[in-house]
Amino acid sequence: MRKVYIYKGFERFWHWTQASLIMFLAVTGFEVHGSYSIFGFEKATEYHRVASWMLIGLLIFAIFWHLTTGEWRQYIPTTKQLKEQIQFYISGIFKGEHHPTQKSELSKLNPLQRLVYLGFKIILIPLTTTSGILYMLYKTIDENNLIVIEDYPLASIAFWHTMGAILLMIFLVVHVYMTTTGKTPTSNINAMITGYEELEENENENIQNHETK
Amino acid sequence: MQRNLIFVILVVIIALVMVNILHRDDNYNLKLEELKHNYALKAVPSVDHSKLPALQKEFKTPQEVTEACLSCHTETHKEVMASSHWNWERASYVEGRGISSAGKKNVMNNFCIGTNSNQQSCAKCHIGYGMTSSQFDFNNARNVDCMVCHDNSEEYLKGASMAGYPDRTVNLENVAQSVGSPRKSNCGSCHSFGGGGNNVKHGDLDVALNSCSRDVDVHMGANGMNMECVACHTAKNHNIIGKLYSVSSDNTNRATCEQCHTSTPHLREVLNRHGSRIACQTCHIPQYAKVNSTKMSWKWSDAGKLKDGKPYEEEDSLGNHNYMSIKGSFVWERNVKPDYIWFNGTADHYLLGDSIQSIPVKMNTLNGSYNDRHSKIIPVKIHVGDQIYDKVYNRLVQPKLYGDAEGDSAFWKDFNWEKAVAAGMKTSGLKYSGQYGFVETVMYWPVNHMVSPKEQSVSCAECHTRDNGRLAKLTGFYLPGRDRNVVQDSIGIWAFFLTLAAVMGHALIRIFVLIRRNKYEKQIINYDDDKPTE
Repeated sequence: MRKVYIYKGFERFWHWTQASLIMFLAVTGFEVHGSYSIFGFEKATEYHRVASWMLIGLLIFAIFWHLTTGEWRQYIPTTKQLKEQIQFYISGIFKGEHHPTQKSELSKLNPLQRLVYLGFKIILIPLTTTSGILYMLYKTIDENNLIVIEDYPLASIAFWHTMGAILLMIFLVVHVYMTTTGKTPTSNINAMITGYEELEENENENIQNHETK
Repeated sequence: MQRNLIFVILVVIIALVMVNILHRDDNYNLKLEELKHNYALKAVPSVDHSKLPALQKEFKTPQEVTEACLSCHTETHKEVMASSHWNWERASYVEGRGISSAGKKNVMNNFCIGTNSNQQSCAKCHIGYGMTSSQFDFNNARNVDCMVCHDNSEEYLKGASMAGYPDRTVNLENVAQSVGSPRKSNCGSCHSFGGGGNNVKHGDLDVALNSCSRDVDVHMGANGMNMECVACHTAKNHNIIGKLYSVSSDNTNRATCEQCHTSTPHLREVLNRHGSRIACQTCHIPQYAKVNSTKMSWKWSDAGKLKDGKPYEEEDSLGNHNYMSIKGSFVWERNVKPDYIWFNGTADHYLLGDSIQSIPVKMNTLNGSYNDRHSKIIPVKIHVGDQIYDKVYNRLVQPKLYGDAEGDSAFWKDFNWEKAVAAGMKTSGLKYSGQYGFVETVMYWPVNHMVSPKEQSVSCAECHTRDNGRLAKLTGFYLPGRDRNVVQDSIGIWAFFLTLAAVMGHALIRIFVLIRRNKYEKQIINYDDDKPTE
């Protein structure tokens, strides 16, 4: 066992800010959708708009961070051991088996995570933000008194935005639950808070480390 | 140390952001302040008419006053005589009709039905003298009534059923010497009393506007800007801008809110954006008929009942007539929430002689729909009722209502529909089969006045709500907060809760397995009990 600084400062800041923004956007968004009433429609739309701009800003920083640090490589999908990983969640976990894949700072994500998070990043988030921006600018009157974005029906913009929101909520439920499948139920969440996680020694990893040294 | 510093900076930034989001002062709206300033300065007339020699005389007839006016304003009668106030009609292009003249001459309504054969009475609201029939000479400048619009003494009064002549009590000399720019009371003397009483027709043009509070009308309120009608309804060369679609047809020469307030009057962008499809009035006139009631329904089919052979009247709890033998039964309402429709600024009308196309008969058709990008949602008063029609020719008919005395076929004297319609149609030059019935009607009155102070305007959630919102009846477009994709919503809710259930099931199995394994392990430990503990 070794204690590893696995999640960098920005990474944790980005993760938790994004998490709280998405949850806040969900609360206000479904109120705008008419599902319930908490803040009142007027306040809900206003908060939703402000939070959405904050999320867009955060996403820009996150994309920059992923590109410049090379962390984007973490999300390159692989089918190697994907089946084993799924098998583990379906049955192995109940038999007390160990994770079929090992976590390290160079490979933080298991094959299933890679696939799901990649989908999150290149489908779910773009779908929701793009439809959200279209929604937000719908019928904007520009300086020339012309109306921007009006030929595309609002019903389908809203459909795709709601679709994104529903999928994000399902993602949230599964994601939060999955964090409890680490060594102990809280070890993954602790790692995302403190940045440090106890990881098992990995022989291959050690060899690599030796080589780089 | 460095980490703590970053943490503190972050907390400060987040706190500042939250303060900005949650704290919202009313910003200073400079546009509005400038407007208020501009309209605070009231024009001072450059002429005192009481000092003019031409007006220092005793006028025997109102025509003499007109002649005196024209002795200085030598060409003004031409402007007036080109207006619809004088001509009672206006030519415009109407989809489906071509170039069509419409106005009080030929447009029918579901209040007092129409002017034909009733001019003697209806001409009380004509800016002329002596319109006793459709044979009125529209080219005689002597008959232009300058005083009804320009009297500033509030003494001038048109006589009842005097074909537009002033009441005999009016001191013409006094009135002639006190003329000036039209005031609310001038415009209101006709526009508030359409349909035979105060606020009967419009609902938003109550005579109470002459001296009301800001809550009733933010522009005209005496404790507000105290603006006159002509401040917005400007009238270059007596061509007054603004029109009402009870008689007007085309989208020109309208008085709009935007002419002063621009199309982006709000500081909040999202509100300006609403203006692309929603008229200002929709949010800013939450209700009309704020002071006195207005008529919402008029059933002519009930007219003609007599008590002991005599006509009678009944009143409702607010003192409004709800039955009159001469007119039928009415429903009045006060503080009415408007109905809402799509409107693109063009309209068609039921003209005398038209066939009935649909029931209820649309007295006026306001064109527009969501799919027409020039349409906006506007507030309207919808006036319903029933009135007499020709069963054979399938068209509304014009009864003669007003008469000087019994026996000249007027319904208001003789209470005989047969004779009244026969006389009315004869005067109008149209055939009448002799078979009459009553048919349901509907008429749309755009609501433009009684603008409330901004604090009272319609709030977001009054429309953006699932059920019973103000726009509940307007369908065919997506309104956030009201509309949703029901299939998507149900699938979404199911998917979410099934996922939640699956996750919880997974967790339960894990916990169950864990407990069983712990027991098993404990049992093993129990077997080793005799060994010394570690």
